[in-house]
Amino acid sequence: MVQATGWKYLKKSSLPHQWCSGCGNGTVLAALVRSFEELNYKNNEIVIVTGIGCWGKADNYMTTSALHVTHGRALAFATGIQAVNPNLHVVVLMGDGDGVTIGGNHFIHSARRNMDLTAILVNNYNYGMTGGQQSAMTPADRLTSTTPYGNPERAFDICALAEAAGANYIARETIYNPLALKNRIKEALTKKGFSLVEAVSPCTTLYGPNNDMGEPLAMLRWLKEKGIPLSKYKEMADPEKEGYFATGKFVDKNAPDFSARYHDIQVLVQSEPAGK
Amino acid sequence: MIQGNQAIAEGAFYAGARFYAGYPITPSSEIAEISSRRLPKLGGVYMQMEDEIASIAAVIGASLTGKKAFTATSGPGFSLMQENLGVAIMGEVPCVIIDVQRVGPSTGLATKPAQADFMQIRWGRHGDQVLIALAPASIRECFELTVAAFNFAEKFRTPVVLAADEIVGHMRENFAIPAPGAFPVFDRAKPAVPPDQYKPFNFDSDDTAPLAAYGSDYILHVTSTMNGPDGRATIDPQTATKRVTQLHRKFLAHRDEITLTKAYDVEGCELLMIAAGAPVRAARTAALRARQADLQAGVLQLQTVWPFPESHVIAAAEKAKKIIVAEMNYSGQLAGEVRKLVGKSIPILSVNTFNGQIITPQDILKAAQ
Repeated sequence: MVQATGWKYLKKSSLPHQWCSGCGNGTVLAALVRSFEELNYKNNEIVIVTGIGCWGKADNYMTTSALHVTHGRALAFATGIQAVNPNLHVVVLMGDGDGVTIGGNHFIHSARRNMDLTAILVNNYNYGMTGGQQSAMTPADRLTSTTPYGNPERAFDICALAEAAGANYIARETIYNPLALKNRIKEALTKKGFSLVEAVSPCTTLYGPNNDMGEPLAMLRWLKEKGIPLSKYKEMADPEKEGYFATGKFVDKNAPDFSARYHDIQVLVQSEPAGK
Repeated sequence: MIQGNQAIAEGAFYAGARFYAGYPITPSSEIAEISSRRLPKLGGVYMQMEDEIASIAAVIGASLTGKKAFTATSGPGFSLMQENLGVAIMGEVPCVIIDVQRVGPSTGLATKPAQADFMQIRWGRHGDQVLIALAPASIRECFELTVAAFNFAEKFRTPVVLAADEIVGHMRENFAIPAPGAFPVFDRAKPAVPPDQYKPFNFDSDDTAPLAAYGSDYILHVTSTMNGPDGRATIDPQTATKRVTQLHRKFLAHRDEITLTKAYDVEGCELLMIAAGAPVRAARTAALRARQADLQAGVLQLQTVWPFPESHVIAAAEKAKKIIVAEMNYSGQLAGEVRKLVGKSIPILSVNTFNGQIITPQDILKAAQ
């Protein structure tokens, strides 16, 4: 089988991309456009919605339709797009700062509504674009440019958050495993309802060097070591889980999405006699 | 008898609005409730969002996907919409925001009328920009100016704010919804060029480029970041110059068409009263009584508030010896604009309420003496 490249979704004149050496964003973008190609999606049927952050620049490199907006609000814009054209593939690219720190409220409500959106959330544990500050995904005690004595706050588990809010599909992979990442993204794209793929990714310029991982390779080794497949992770005793995280598919269900439910309402009220 | 908020909602449907996203807030909530009942019947979608930030975001997304879209709110909610309203301005996205104004600051007097949002509507966002704001003074105008708001939004690819107030929003008057076709309804221009030649922005003309919809045959790239005609981000200073200039030029070039006012006995009047929204009603009664007392009094009603109707105010003030500006705010937000135009040559008296009480004809007549 010929390996999909995803080239037709990439704007060659905008490449090479601006992301740092060793950054995982390119790996996630490659997994995304390969998924599009394998699913035979047309460029004009895809709408990429991005907010602010390193990963939020991804639309610059793409030839699909796109909407680039304010920090934290991409899901809310995507909701309006999806609500009036449920046939579109609306894919929302967010970082951890954009998606669940400033944008946390939209995140939980998008999952609760079960909007038919695919959220690809690149988690690099800090704000890369503004200089490595703490995000709501920075683990406790870790060092960032605004937690110089260690992070006094705890991080979200966004997969657990999305599950509690009602998402149909939830998975997490690291960029150390690009094939698994691509397969998760493909599953998320084809799933009706709200889908989340958390892609754990190294910030090799800021978060890594701030936390004793000066070389990109050290961060990759760290991702390889800390990401544990779900079945194995479940067998670990709680104290052993400290510092590790599960990878794989956490939720895969088929609850009706917002548009399906709203369509039922439209059909019902349109059959009522006029004048009511 | 129908209510102002109902006439606004019906005006939106008449104009072809098929998407509403909002967050409930007094005194605008009837618009959300009516939309939730009517839109699914019209094949449209109503969404109650988690806040006003998300509401305007969803409206923008829906509009770019080809549906006429709107939201309704009041001052506190409008404040929350400001940042994303900037996205609509930068992306030249047609949409309508209804602001049924109430007393502030902050949570203020939630159920009482005010007109203290004129300046936050005009200047509440960062960066250089213009938008259109209209203010209805009757139930008929709630309907007609909502239709006009959608027409302007579609024609000039811009957000348009209907700056209503609690009085007109909750007032009831006799008004029958006009038959389809009685009022012109304008739909945005769609691209006619082959998809590979399409550019969503035009910086070299007074007119905006046709707007493709997401999911059509066209690739549509829109960004809130400084961008070129292809809708892609750029930091090129020449492109930025053209981009920001076009965001002003498209209004300046069509100012006559955008400026809606009503003049009542203003020709040659010595006492000119200027108002927008509900205080127009008090001004007209006050002017009538003044004329009965042999004062040459007239009223200029500003239906368009932004861009400010400069030439209309200057013309109406030609023979005026005194100008009274009646508005429901403390600082005289409209009076300040009038002062910029007529300078110190004509005394300008502000008649203001800002405590939830309405302006009466007596308040205005007292100032006239």
